[in-house]
Amino acid sequence: MSSSAAGQHLLAIDDLGSEGIEELLEVAEAFGEVERRSVRKVPTLKGKVVASLFFEESTRTRLSFETAAKRLSADVLSLAVASSSVKKGESLRDTVETIEAMGIDAVVLRHKSAGAPHQVARWVNRARVINAGDGFHQHPTQALIDLFTVRQELSLRRGQQSERSGLSVFEGLNVLVVGDIRHSRVARSQIQAYALAGAIVTIASPGTLLPDDVSSWPVTVAENFEDALRSADIVSVLRMQEERGSGSFVPSLHEFTATFGMTEERSMLLKENALITHPGPMVRGVEIASRVADDERCLVRKQVANGVPIRMAALFLALSSPEEASRD
Amino acid sequence: MTDHMLIRGGTVVHRETTTRSDVLVVDGIISLVGEHLDIPAGATIVDAEGCWVGPGLVDLHTHLREPGGEEAETVASGARAGVLGGYSAVMAMPNTFPAIDCSAVVAQVLALGQASCLDVAVAGAITVGRLGERLAPLAEMAELGVTFFTDDGTGVQNAGLMRRAMEYARGLNVVIADHCEDEALAGDGCMNESSLSSELGLVGRPALAEEVMVARDLALAQHTGCDLHLLHLSTVGSAALVAQAKQAGVNVTAEVAPHHLILTEELCREYDPLYKVHPPLRTANDVEALRMALRSGGVDAVATDHAPHAPETKDRPFAEATPGMLGLQHAFALTREALGGADADPVLLFRVLSRTPAKIARLTQSDQRRGGHSAHGGEIAVGEDANLVVIDPEGRPVVRSEDLASKSRNTPYEGRTLLGAVRHTIVRGEVVVNDGVAQR
Repeated sequence: MSSSAAGQHLLAIDDLGSEGIEELLEVAEAFGEVERRSVRKVPTLKGKVVASLFFEESTRTRLSFETAAKRLSADVLSLAVASSSVKKGESLRDTVETIEAMGIDAVVLRHKSAGAPHQVARWVNRARVINAGDGFHQHPTQALIDLFTVRQELSLRRGQQSERSGLSVFEGLNVLVVGDIRHSRVARSQIQAYALAGAIVTIASPGTLLPDDVSSWPVTVAENFEDALRSADIVSVLRMQEERGSGSFVPSLHEFTATFGMTEERSMLLKENALITHPGPMVRGVEIASRVADDERCLVRKQVANGVPIRMAALFLALSSPEEASRD
Repeated sequence: MTDHMLIRGGTVVHRETTTRSDVLVVDGIISLVGEHLDIPAGATIVDAEGCWVGPGLVDLHTHLREPGGEEAETVASGARAGVLGGYSAVMAMPNTFPAIDCSAVVAQVLALGQASCLDVAVAGAITVGRLGERLAPLAEMAELGVTFFTDDGTGVQNAGLMRRAMEYARGLNVVIADHCEDEALAGDGCMNESSLSSELGLVGRPALAEEVMVARDLALAQHTGCDLHLLHLSTVGSAALVAQAKQAGVNVTAEVAPHHLILTEELCREYDPLYKVHPPLRTANDVEALRMALRSGGVDAVATDHAPHAPETKDRPFAEATPGMLGLQHAFALTREALGGADADPVLLFRVLSRTPAKIARLTQSDQRRGGHSAHGGEIAVGEDANLVVIDPEGRPVVRSEDLASKSRNTPYEGRTLLGAVRHTIVRGEVVVNDGVAQR
């Protein structure tokens, strides 16, 4: 098999292409097996060092990456930003170069500035960079988790084996992404990933939470939210941050819920077999009603569980040389 | 003892035409222009064979960073970049630390300018500390010869205060220049607002932010009758607004920076802060419109917005990096590239890079008040001050950061082949650049 993701930085979904997505999902299926063993550890990355640099707080993504690295027997070097040299005024570049000098193989980077992982990828010599979320730009592993989870669910229903289904399950699916798309790195990664996988993507949000210009995006902007819900196969509900709902972007969270929240009432409009995803953390009662979140059509728990195998796959591919991976 | 210099064999670029002429300079003054002039005994010979001989360039928009930003640039280093770029005069912007907002700082920068290798005019701030809150002592600064006032770096956000500034300036017969970006619209933006910024997840600075303020300033200028100059216009819409206002008789002039004539937002795709600048790089459409406006006279002048920055302020995440790029050393060739390439008319080039900016900056007459600057951007004729540049239109130098005279290295043109080379620059009769080498 030709390997497109092996040995590469993972900065944005577009860099992977559909082949890369398929490959990564396949590797993740294999690592999913590891999760079900009694000893949930493989020696794959023994002797490799993975640094997790989170310049923005994120407990779940960081833990998920660190768990993934440990399952692969890599050594994990975790930079606690609060007590780090960054607080003393050290630049991102110096921090990264210092850490690389300690002999690391991969950097998992979360940063509030879009593009920081791209810049870090230019600054490092040999380490591979994995984007764990950069500003409003990309969060590739989160989107991959969503596709992975949806694929598992759909394959199950169709009585197929998930690992053999490729991306064919996404062909022609109607995916509706709802909420604060402007400020969402998850949305940007998801839209690229679903579109590459062959789905038809529609977005719905208040005018102020739409990106400034989506003319070059592979999406349609929903003219009517309710109609879009009726035809959706998958609804991706995004997190609505409190600070956007204080009058600067929407008048109030209450009004957001009333107009674009996934309320119980709106969930009735969905097809019976539609699926709902949410990248977490959910704010129940704002973007998603509790009853909807706990509905069996909502995949949020499964998404969280799939975080580890996806990140194992991301680390494994980034740290394998193209030749090694193609021998598999 | 008189000092003779003969500039031989070049093509002299006049206001409307070019002629094949030698130029004799005696004691810093042009004393003869004509074909095959005799060489006076002991004269310095400046070889201009195959070259254009034009008035020294005049930059309306130079950040010399002194006082306060000496790590990035000093008056001396910026002046050296200027003369290597063919400039004989530059306008120092007031966003220094402290800001140039009173006579003491004006005097300090003028003195530094006097010791440098070209004429430094000083722009004063419109408001105290450039904070946009209350008027700076414009009259006090005008006493020292300051004719150009701006809060550049940011625009004056408060329309009421801008109106007062224009009313006050009109009485002093000075120019009010504005950095047109409405902060409420530009906000935290760091590149052009577009489908690209949306894709990259970078907050945009919309064209709208510029155009809203351009429209406001034009209305205020029309109402007050003040001379208004608009700095670094970057959008199709701004160019159209200015053209319209000129038709309506508003006393307005406008400049465009070389980077807005050459580079587009596409360069931001890799998140390299080298391409971060305010106002931001726009689209190919905007570039084309600005080139046309410059040709038609809708936009009057090219001004560099030369903005040196220390590496640590640029080597950061895109959104956190300081905006601005170098421009002084390569502006002539870049303008030529924008205005038709090798076929660009030298008359037009010297109009937008020397004669018109000299007029806008009011540098066409010498002035003894500010330590005596000479006259710039004039005709190459008997009796004029010898501020001249000799440019080889066939030269094709390649931009290399190690050749920059600036103390900073933030040029977006590294590796670019330039259309033409500055061979000699003469300021007040002194050869300050000889064969492409700065003499001091």
